[in-house]
This record gives sequence, C-alpha cells and structure tokens, in this order.
Amino acid sequence: MISFTVNGKPVTVEDPPSTPLLWVIRDSLNLTGTKYGCGMALCGACTVHIDGQAVRSCVAPVSRAEGKKITTIEGISPDLTHPLQQAWIEIDVPQCGYCQSGQIMSAAVLLAENSKPTDEDIDEAMSGNICRCGTYPRIRRAIHRAAEIQAQRGGK
Amino acid sequence: MSVATEIKRREFLKAGAALGGGLLISLYVPEFAPAARSAAKPVALNAFVRIGTDESVTVISNHSEMGQGIYTSLPMLLNEELEADWARVRVESSPVDAVYNHTVFGIMMTGGSTTTNSEYDRFRKMGAMARIMLVAAAAQSWGVDAQTCRAEKGFVIHTASRRRASYGSLAEAAAKIAAPTDIPLKDPKDFTLVGKPVHRLDTPSKTNGSAQFGLDVYIPGMLTAVVARAPVFGGKVVSFNADKAKAIPGVVNVVQVPSGVAVVAKGFWPAKLGREKLEINWDDGPGAAISTVEMRANFSALSKTPGLVARKVGDPAGALASAAKTITAEYEVPYLAHCMMEPLNTVVDLHEDRCEIWTGTQFQTGDRAAAAKVAGLKPEQVTLHTTLLGGGFGRRANPSCDFVTEATEVAKAAKSPVKVVWTREDDIRGGWYRPMWYDHFAAGLDASGNPVAWTHTIVGQSIMAGTMFESFGIKDGIDSASVEGAADILYGIPNVQVDLHSPKNQVPVQWWRSVGHSHTGFSVEAFLDEVAHAGGKDPYQLRRTLLASQPRELAVLDLAAQKANWGSPLPAGRARGIATHFSFDSYVAQVAEVSVEKDGTVRVHRMVAAVDCGRTVNPDTVKAQLEGGIIFGLTAALKTEITLDKGRVQQRNFHDYPMVRMFESPAIDVYIVPSTEHPTGVGEPGVPPVAPAVTNAIFAATGKRVRRLPIKTEDLRSA
Repeated sequence: MISFTVNGKPVTVEDPPSTPLLWVIRDSLNLTGTKYGCGMALCGACTVHIDGQAVRSCVAPVSRAEGKKITTIEGISPDLTHPLQQAWIEIDVPQCGYCQSGQIMSAAVLLAENSKPTDEDIDEAMSGNICRCGTYPRIRRAIHRAAEIQAQRGGK
Repeated sequence: MSVATEIKRREFLKAGAALGGGLLISLYVPEFAPAARSAAKPVALNAFVRIGTDESVTVISNHSEMGQGIYTSLPMLLNEELEADWARVRVESSPVDAVYNHTVFGIMMTGGSTTTNSEYDRFRKMGAMARIMLVAAAAQSWGVDAQTCRAEKGFVIHTASRRRASYGSLAEAAAKIAAPTDIPLKDPKDFTLVGKPVHRLDTPSKTNGSAQFGLDVYIPGMLTAVVARAPVFGGKVVSFNADKAKAIPGVVNVVQVPSGVAVVAKGFWPAKLGREKLEINWDDGPGAAISTVEMRANFSALSKTPGLVARKVGDPAGALASAAKTITAEYEVPYLAHCMMEPLNTVVDLHEDRCEIWTGTQFQTGDRAAAAKVAGLKPEQVTLHTTLLGGGFGRRANPSCDFVTEATEVAKAAKSPVKVVWTREDDIRGGWYRPMWYDHFAAGLDASGNPVAWTHTIVGQSIMAGTMFESFGIKDGIDSASVEGAADILYGIPNVQVDLHSPKNQVPVQWWRSVGHSHTGFSVEAFLDEVAHAGGKDPYQLRRTLLASQPRELAVLDLAAQKANWGSPLPAGRARGIATHFSFDSYVAQVAEVSVEKDGTVRVHRMVAAVDCGRTVNPDTVKAQLEGGIIFGLTAALKTEITLDKGRVQQRNFHDYPMVRMFESPAIDVYIVPSTEHPTGVGEPGVPPVAPAVTNAIFAATGKRVRRLPIKTEDLRSA
C-alpha cells in the first residue's frame, strides 16, 4: 500500500509499487485528465507535479509518490482561474486538446520558477511536450500571456 | 440508458429521417436531460437542436471533433439563424442515424475537409426552422401575426406591444407547431456570428482535464485489453501459450481474436505486462518478404515506364521531343503513420440483444455496422457514442473499421465489457499508412525558358481499392486519391500527361491528412521550382505567369509573396522558398524562410501562408488549422518515415518516429483572402505546400535539391 496526496486529498492505493503513476492516477483513481501518449517519457502528455516538479508519470513508478504531494491538471485550479488556463482560453490554444493537460502542467512549473520566460526559456521547458495538432505557436503566445496575467495579479 | 428509452430514441430519429431534412417535432426525449437539472425539459425542435425549458440550447453535431473546431463552427452556423443567446449554446455528438448522414457521402462520417462545406446550408436551415417555430409559437399565444414578431438573443419580441417571451418558455409550444417548408435564410451581409472570430466552445474543458476522449471512458465492470497483433502485415496466429501472461497479477483472461491475441486485465498496466509474457507462434505469410529498400528500387523502375493515363492534354511526347531544353527528376516520399496523440481505443459493452460502444471515430456508420456484424446484431441494436477524438488525421475513418471490429471481437471473446487500448508502438507499427510514393517527371522548356511539356508518372498503392469507396473513387483503374493534385494541376502548361501505377502489397494504406496531395503537393511544387531554375526564372514569377487564368490561386500566391517580402534581402545564410497548391477546393500558398547549418540541420525560421477557402465561418479556426497543418507538414518534411525490413516495421515510438517540437516550431503568419464564395476545406489544405516551400528554400540557400522526404541532414552537410 502506497499513500500520498492527489490535489490535496490523501489517497492510499494497492497497485504494485512498480506500476507507473500514470496508470494509478487513471485506472485506480479515475482522474482522466492526465493522458497516455507514449509510455516512454517522450511526449509529455502524462505530465504531473510531484512536490511541484514536473514528472512524466508514464515512467515514474507509483512508489516514487509515497508521502508526496501529487498535482494533476484537475488540481491546478478549481475554477479555470490559473493564469495558464485563462491565457489558454483567451488565445484558444487547444485543437484536439489531448496533449494540453501535459502542456499546461509543464508550463505551470516553468511559470512558477520563471515569472517572465523568454522564447528560449519556453523552448527549453516545453520541448518535451509533443502536440501533433501543431499548437506550438499558440502555446508560446499563451505562456507569455499567462506571465502577464500572473504579473498583473501581483506574482504568484 | 434503458432499452425502452433506446427504442423511443430510435423512433424519434426515424421520424426525423422520414420527414426529410432532419426535421422532427413534438418529441420529448427524457434521457437527454442532465440529471443535475432534472426540472429542465430539453425540447427537440429538429434533429440538430434542442431548446431547454431552462433556456439551454444544445446543438447536435453529426461530425466528429478532432481538433478542427467543428464543435464551434457548426453551432455558429445553426445559431446564426436561430438567434439564441450564444452564451447558452452547447454542443453534443449525435447518435448514429441516417438523419445525420453526410450530405455528400451518404453515411455518417467526418473527413475530406468537407464538414463546413457540406453543412453550411443544412445547419443554417435547421437553426432557421427552429426560430420560425419559436416565433410562430409566441405569435400564436399572443394572437398576433408572426410577421410582426422578431427573434433576438433567445427571445421572441412583439415589437408593437413590447411583449417578450424567452425561447425556453416557448420550446414546448414550438415543438407542436408544424415545421415550415419554406425556410428563407439571411443574406450573408447580415451575419452577426458567422465570419467573426469566436472562442471555441470546447476550450475550457481542454484546459482542466474534463474533456472526455475515448480513452477516458470507464463503465462499470469494464476490463482493459491490449492485443498482440501479427509482427508482419497479414500474419496469423498458429498457436500461443498464455501461462506466463495469466500469472501476472491483474490479468483476468487471454483470448484469441482474428487480429491476434488479447490480454484482458484489471487496468492497462497488467494487460501490457501480460502481453509481454505471451508466447505466440505466428505464420507471417507473404508479407514477410516486404523490404523498403527493395520497394524503392521497384517503384523507381516502375516510375520510368508508362502507366494508366490519368490525364492527357495536347501532345506531351512531341512537345518534349521538340523542346529547347528538357529536365527530368524523380521524387519519393515514405510510408507515414498518423500518430494521433491519443492512441486508438474503443470501449465495448456487448449484450445478447444489444451493444454499446464508446470511441473517438470519424466513421460512425461503418463502425456501427462492423460491430453489429461481429456481434450478430442489427446495426440498430448497436449504440455508438462518439467521444472527442484526440486527433484523427484520417486514421479514425478506417475503411475496414479495424479498431472497432477488433474491440467488438475482444468483448465477444472475453464476455466482459472491455476497453481495448493501443499502445504508441501498436499505433506506429499498426499500418494503415499514408502510402509510399514515387513521382517521375519530365519537363520541356521553350527557348525563353517557359515550360511547354510536363509529364508525371506516379507509383503508389491505391487507398480506395478494396474499400467501400472503390466505386466512388476509382474510375478506369485510376484511384483519384493517387493523382489528385497532379492530374488537376492549375498551371497553364499546353502539353501535359499524368500516368499512374498502383502496385499492391500487404501493407495497409489509408488517407492521411491531405491524402494524395501529401505527395503531389511536394513533388509537383518542387519540380516546378526546378523548371523555373532551369529556365532562368524566378520561381514566384514563373508561377504568376502559369497561373494567369487562375485568379484565386494567383491571389493567394501574391498575398503570401507580398507578406513574406519575397525578393527582399535576408540575413546571411537564410533563403526563401515558395509553393502553392489547390486541394479540397481551397487555395493555399506558402513561403518558407530557412537556413541550413554546417552539419546539415535545417532551421525553418518562418512560414507565411495565404489561404482562400471561400467564406470563413470562424476565421480564428481557419488560422489554427493552417498553423497546425504547417507543423504537421513540417514533421513529414523534416522527420518521419516508416520503413520495413523482412516485413517488420522498423520504427516504434517517438524516439525513432519523431515529431516537430516547440524548439523547432517556426513563427507562422496566416493570411485569409476575403471571399463570398461557398466555404471549402481548411483541415487539410495547409499541409501540401509545406515540404516544397521548405525544400525550395533549401535549394535557394544551398544549391542542393531535395527530392526525397524526409529531408536527410547528411545530404545537406557542408562541413
């Protein structure tokens, strides 16, 4: 049995410790916003936060979550008010939308660590996330916009 | 949903079909009511719109949302005439029924960049029909002439008496009004919604994890399966041993199905671990002989021989023989996988007398019939729910209904509700690729460098052959999808011939975003660039000359060139390439700005695109589709190929089938030519010009002509 918190709620799961966190989140906890894309940490669709760090949950064993705080896309705001969500909606970033949970989770760590990211910073932080629909130009715009929204609100 | 309500819904839909045009009246459908708002009655005014007594407006989409924004564009069209409050408009996917059939294809499906084109009139008519009924209901209750009432933002207003009634309050009375037969539509100059950039209805749900894709469907008692499929196309299971698979905790069952062996488990992970432990003896069959190296040699040889003539104008052989100068070239593109971010999946709940399916599909009528056949049911006994699609690009309109057929087979064998999940490796190795193609060209130039002869021989597998589309798509042995963008080139060249060879093999092929245009766009536009240089002409100016009688193509060409500052100086090492292509009835031109590093790495700095797709419904969506099409085209130009050795696909995941990523994504500027013509496609036309714009720019930068995709870094190395 492995215990941790997901979006602030304590949970205990019985999955074998080597099970990837992704499949525990999806199949055992039924939080479906975190997506499966490749299973090899190559596409970023499964990105979640473990104690505030972006982690590809498809290759992270659930044992790594023991005692940690996990945040999934469902937990970044209760009401679409995270600056990234606001910017994503303002710019209409998603097309099919499947990769966008992972994009937002990667961008959230970038913004938390760097309140005014440059294009180069965005390239570096976001190149682990694939979007087959090709929303990259809008993701870039939306991250800059989210940084503005965050600044207007007086930082984090 | 109970059987009783299901039957009721069938009758409801049948009524709509019988009345034609999707009309249906006076039927209240209880199962549509959201549980949380049980007091609200949704009232169907026809098959495409329901008005709730709580003022909700639900537009029913018969086309699948796979990123192209149709869950916003179709409601916009309907509400342009309905005049409801846009803030209350929601959308949901339709069930499968004849009333929802594609107006051209005659089945329920999404593809060919045709949704806006084919639904532009119907959705406006459905909105107008409902509005007329709401106005009539209000007029009746007030005892006034309907002509003296108007509709505005969800209210019917009697101007003289200033009486107002909300749509929600009128819905039940409106449903009793006889549907009008004369449905006049607005003059487009009076549009208030169509043609304006509107925020997508699905964006919020795609930023908080609540959007539901097929993979996100969980039903009670459901197990998860992964299928071990033949390592060679056409291979069959001879025997298998599942003992070690069954020993994995969580594995419930291992069953044989026609496509392979399915491991059924409590969740994806044990199913995948179980599959790794299967011991299967395969009969590979003749597919084991396929090798891409050999195919390339065969296709190349074939491309130099005459094929079936797809188009002949003038005397191409004579004009080539008498030309002042001739050039020839051979182009090739590889097999490509669609690689939607959401791998294929299907949930099937199979019972003796009915079956329920949840999947992200572009091909509802076919999939439902295929599932019914496997289940031994009538199609009407199969309920298919279309979820959001995590990308489609053509793969989810499979002519053999492969993923739904297989999932139904698994549910039948496992005797349990089941979700079949494809891994990324299954997706990349699973076939149904964009065909590999060879294109052999010859051109004859006159003394002033203008092309007077153009011959083009195409080699590649037929997509339509053997499918339900064969009679529609193949005429006199010519698959229209193989020669589109080649046989119908818009350039004014007096002598033209296009030939086709359609070799067969075991590799299953399918439409892939822009279909045949995905190779002809590249080869025709790159070879035309060669023709321009051979004749000493600027590639943009030669295109202008040859498009003199094609005003719409010429206009996008000029717009793209102007916005990209064609001809103006660039920083050292950078160069521009231009390409234009007509596909899915839309005109697109693109200019790429490129540099090539010493090690051969291609950097695409900027892409400028101009599009004429007729009247736009949601201009921001048009821009998004062009942006996305450019990134999709760049991945094909720079990155991906599927190759086979001994019948085995050599790629398996994003490390060896890589996608363009953020750091490689260029600045993209999209310009739309204003138009009052009927809307045409935007999902696909952005793809074909990308590769030639880039390779033409590489030629301008380095003098090296790229004739094979993906572009190979080693061919461009200068140090």
